[in-house]
Amino acid sequence: MRENPKRHPEVAAATEGSQERDSSATVSPQNDGKVRWIRKDLLSLEELSKEEIELILKTAESFKEISTRDVKKVPALRGKTVANLFFEPSTRTRTSFEVAAKRLSADIINFSSAGSSTSKGESLTDTAKNIEAMNVDTIVMRHPSSGSAEYLARSIRAGVINAGDGIHEHPTQGLLDIFTMRERKKKIEGLKVCLVGDILHSRVARSNIWGLTKLGAKVRVCGPPTLIPAKIEELGVEVFYDVDEAVKDQDVLNILRIQLERQKGAFFPSIREYAAEYGISVERMKKAKKDVIIMHPGPINRGVELAAEVADGAQSVILEQVTNGVAVRMAVLFHTTMVER
Amino acid sequence: MKILIKNGYLVDPKNKLDEPMDLLIEDGRVKKVSKKITEKADQEIDAKGKIVCPGLIDIHVHLRQPGYEYKETIETGLRAALKGGITGVCPMANTNPVADSRSDMEFMIGESKRVNLVNLWPVGAVTLRQEGKELTEFGELKKGGAIALSDDGQPITDSNILRRALSYAKKFGLPILAHCQDEALFCGGCMHEGFVSTKLGLPGIPVEAESVEVARDIQLADLTGGQLHFCHISGRKSLDLIRQAKAQGSKVTAETCPHYFHLTDESVLHYNTNAKMNPPLRTVEDVAAVKKALKDGTIDVIATDHAPHAESEKDTEFDQAPFGVIGLETSLPLSLRLVEEKVLTMTQVIEKMSLNPACVLKIDRGHLSEGAVADVTIFDPHKEWVVEKDKLQSKSKNSPFLGWKMKGQVTDVWVAGRHILNNGVIASER
Repeated sequence: MRENPKRHPEVAAATEGSQERDSSATVSPQNDGKVRWIRKDLLSLEELSKEEIELILKTAESFKEISTRDVKKVPALRGKTVANLFFEPSTRTRTSFEVAAKRLSADIINFSSAGSSTSKGESLTDTAKNIEAMNVDTIVMRHPSSGSAEYLARSIRAGVINAGDGIHEHPTQGLLDIFTMRERKKKIEGLKVCLVGDILHSRVARSNIWGLTKLGAKVRVCGPPTLIPAKIEELGVEVFYDVDEAVKDQDVLNILRIQLERQKGAFFPSIREYAAEYGISVERMKKAKKDVIIMHPGPINRGVELAAEVADGAQSVILEQVTNGVAVRMAVLFHTTMVER
Repeated sequence: MKILIKNGYLVDPKNKLDEPMDLLIEDGRVKKVSKKITEKADQEIDAKGKIVCPGLIDIHVHLRQPGYEYKETIETGLRAALKGGITGVCPMANTNPVADSRSDMEFMIGESKRVNLVNLWPVGAVTLRQEGKELTEFGELKKGGAIALSDDGQPITDSNILRRALSYAKKFGLPILAHCQDEALFCGGCMHEGFVSTKLGLPGIPVEAESVEVARDIQLADLTGGQLHFCHISGRKSLDLIRQAKAQGSKVTAETCPHYFHLTDESVLHYNTNAKMNPPLRTVEDVAAVKKALKDGTIDVIATDHAPHAESEKDTEFDQAPFGVIGLETSLPLSLRLVEEKVLTMTQVIEKMSLNPACVLKIDRGHLSEGAVADVTIFDPHKEWVVEKDKLQSKSKNSPFLGWKMKGQVTDVWVAGRHILNNGVIASER
């Protein structure tokens, strides 16, 4: 079994299965030089400091063990209510948050609505205020508009966890990706990570870039020139159009899902050509380092951005990402929900 | 009725006056401008320490009536204009229904007469319902009072329609005010395409969405000999094209708005919907280019593109919020900053806000020559004030300058010799 890392005392109390959560669990260690979590919201990785990111990763390490127990539940968030508010179809992220909340004993309720709030006729703030009026502590939101999470966080008292806002950020995905990389590669500092695919429309890419660069990784992005956003290099990343060049010497390849409908916007001529030019095939893997790991936020278009053999191969950590996602989301739910407000 | 404005500092670009002068108004017209006027008047105003200038003209506003009275009405819009020292406004045609008929022109003018504050010179649509397909009846629109034509808010995508419009409008002497936007490049964007849009994950509008269409429109103006005026120019590339065209003899004119010379796309950070307008706020390089173009005369006119939207419409997700900001009450002090920044002289500011728009519209305003209609604005160039929601006359409060400290405040306004703003108070309130 993995050695238990030094644990955050707050978290140590929270992971004790049998213990009732008492006031000691909320006392923050302010005088031991450690960073203290003060945000009711998690909106982006852009806004987090290196220390805050490390705090969540550390908490997640402690929480990961809970999911391996026979009784997968601790009372850390007992009596707290979390609402999943999803304006876009999502199965894995919503489920992951639901599992995370339940393992911490929070009550979780699901609201889903197709399309934006305006198409529903009710404003986003009104929807959220209605939920808040039921004394919900934390709202986990996915929404098609970039900035919607920040907008919502400004408008309500409840905490807001961004589960993906438009093409802006998907901070818990970024955190779970980093968590997985660190678990596998032991450190992030100096790690060479290449993101491949539709960078322009990817909230996962933006969160990865912010988080990884803050922790000292060397990040590359690679995709068709049409899917590389303007001035992305100003975020401190290197840009490649040729995936065979890009994968060389990399420790991690994080392969992004290609939205099949992008073809219509003339971003690339066909799925077939995309697969030929950018798909990570068995052949292409030979150009990468022997110990490279393959990541993907899912769901995978098999045979398009990622060959089935690679997705299921020895270097793939895709399912570990899913496992770690629960731990990371437990950590995020815990810190944001327990913050004094 | 004789009104004597004494001890003011008079700025009248047309008559090259930029010095202390007294001004005498009689029966709604300028009677005399002279160093010292001793004539007895019915009313005497002491303008010591203030600037006396021709009434400002805003060639580009949206007053939202009919159809969107919850955003603004002709009455609230004209009150906002008056507070800003503006004695004449040109409301655009994107009302509901679109102002594309003679009766629409007559309605707006009738309503402005009822309100009886500043002048309203309506802009008729170029195409029916602003759909870019069939021309409106320019002759009828003109009979109804249209002073110019524009599909502002919508570009005229079909080059041939714009060609015909520019050509046909020559018969009526009507300028066409062009909103330049290549629809395909615009592509559903909601802010300037650059580092900030990449960071915020917002679909970007490249600066070329404007300049590509500016290039086309210059050529159509040359082809037809029609009068073309460029609305709200925001980007450096457009300005290079307009500068070059003017140097080669094109008769085009251009306007910009205060937000394009004071703000950049950084104002959008944190998804500030009050910094969302079309064309979008651009980069520091573009701001510098706009200032340079103001200075070298590439930009003739400062307008506001006053675009009121209700708070509930702006209080939403950024991509859902409508484009547009208000500007009538802040355009003069924001333009006066250009004097402090040594971009323009006081005369040039007044010229771009009064004489030049009058020239584009071909109306005999924007100057204080003897016999001219007495549209006069007086402002205190040193008076400081803060932009506050509650103090704005406009029905909507969507200004990116809320909380900004302004320097320069309008105190008195006459329209055709009627003293409608008296020491900051609107006449009807007295």
